[in-house]
Amino acid sequence: MTAAILPYLAILRARFILMLQYRAAAFAGFATQCWWGVIKIMVMAAFYAGAAHQPINLAQAITYTWLGQAFLALLPWQADAEISEAVESGNIAYERLRPVDTHLLWLVRAAAMRAANTSLRLVPMFIVAAVLLPLAGLAEWSWRLPPNLAAGALFAVSITLAALLSSGFTVLLNIAVTALKTRRAANIAPVLVTPLSGMIVPLVLMPAWSQPLLFWQPFAGLVDIPYRIYFANLTGVGALAGLAAQALWIVLFILIGRAWMNRVMARVDMQGG
Amino acid sequence: MNGLALYRSYIRNCLRAQMLYPTAFLLRLVTQFAITITEFAGLFALFVRFGHIRGWTFAEIALFYGTVSTAFALTDVATRGFEMFGPQFVKTGDFDRVLLRPRSATLQLMGFEFGFTSLGRVLQGLIALAVGVGLTPIDWSVAKALLLLWAMTGGVALFFGIQVLQGTLSFWTVESLEIVNTLTYGGVEAAQYPLDIYAAWFRKFLIFVVPLGCVVYFPVAAILGRSDVAGVTPLVGALTPFAGFVFLAIAFAAWRRGIRHYTSTGS
Repeated sequence: MTAAILPYLAILRARFILMLQYRAAAFAGFATQCWWGVIKIMVMAAFYAGAAHQPINLAQAITYTWLGQAFLALLPWQADAEISEAVESGNIAYERLRPVDTHLLWLVRAAAMRAANTSLRLVPMFIVAAVLLPLAGLAEWSWRLPPNLAAGALFAVSITLAALLSSGFTVLLNIAVTALKTRRAANIAPVLVTPLSGMIVPLVLMPAWSQPLLFWQPFAGLVDIPYRIYFANLTGVGALAGLAAQALWIVLFILIGRAWMNRVMARVDMQGG
Repeated sequence: MNGLALYRSYIRNCLRAQMLYPTAFLLRLVTQFAITITEFAGLFALFVRFGHIRGWTFAEIALFYGTVSTAFALTDVATRGFEMFGPQFVKTGDFDRVLLRPRSATLQLMGFEFGFTSLGRVLQGLIALAVGVGLTPIDWSVAKALLLLWAMTGGVALFFGIQVLQGTLSFWTVESLEIVNTLTYGGVEAAQYPLDIYAAWFRKFLIFVVPLGCVVYFPVAAILGRSDVAGVTPLVGALTPFAGFVFLAIAFAAWRRGIRHYTSTGS
């Protein structure tokens, strides 16, 4: 049992260390995100000034914005760059030669990549938005803690599911890249992920009639559901429904991914000799 | 061949190269459009929810949004050479060859690559403009139309200046700095709203440091007949886009210093 897990753990660790190398890029990205967060918060505050009574209040919308910036790297914007290169160079053959399950391997790699990138940005963002902002007298613009322990615990579960969901979707993108033999196949991802996850506008602020549709589509589980659980906008049955929606789409993504991968790999062309 | 003819042949060659893969080209264009238009749709959703932002309506915001988005997209089509200057020219030492040719470096960099796919964002900007023009009850006159065009020209000059500054920084940093995106993409994000919604320090930054407010906010407020909110007379509002050209001139002064400072990476 343990021996079977070892190769996946090794991959997880190796990828994590690799991703941590890009500290300079991470720092530039971090500064950009702080700036972005500040603009979005001022806009939100201006909108709320005219209409206070909304599904989530201003403090929650601000926390939502900071969470969005802190967990930005968790989102599946693109396929795994190494797989894309392997497809273009022909090294995709090696992926099939490894004595491990390819789908699980790709899933673990995606999870490591997303987790490493996120961990780099999460802590400094928290320090700036949740610790330094209140100290600077800008408490109303700050990232608030979850209102109670239950919300925090449920959020920990939900954000883990979000990481898995994101990884499952990344593997689908990898397979699309493999099938079409170009990394451009993954270009569709931001078109779907950005608006449907709730990164542009919190889904809960969209018109009431669209709420059930938006809640049960796959990408809500990346942003909207975990964040609403965080500030206890989704509690009890609502929170459980959110976790169920996430779990449902993780399972579906994995099942679709496994079936699709078998078909694609049965006839994959290799570049080069 | 004079400069303009050379520039035209740069454009032709670049278009021909990109059209070698027409499907990929079209896909990128459509993707670019789809991403940016959903952002605009998101803005609409916020207005459905909140009604207005500090007294400004969706149609008015659409006019601000369309002006800044179109100006940025038009600049982005033509200034990739400056944006990619660090990794493409300084790091590789290719800038030596650019300097050896008997043409200005600016012309060659502008001809380096055309982001035709950014036309997807131009289209989004024009749609936003059309929404703004169509839904606001403005008495359009020749003067107002010219003012809108002038505001956009100032915006193009400003964004061009930002890209030139990014290129200039690469003389020292070699890499392209992602941080400049806070001024380009972040600038579009900020200037799509009227500046009076922001905190004072941010408003001052957008007027006196990176004068996005001068090229978009003041003139468009004047067109909308809301100069009183902006705190300037309509005449001043009509003059402020000039700041974009001042910014561009300063950027090019810095650029020339950068060229003097340039030492090749060798071989």
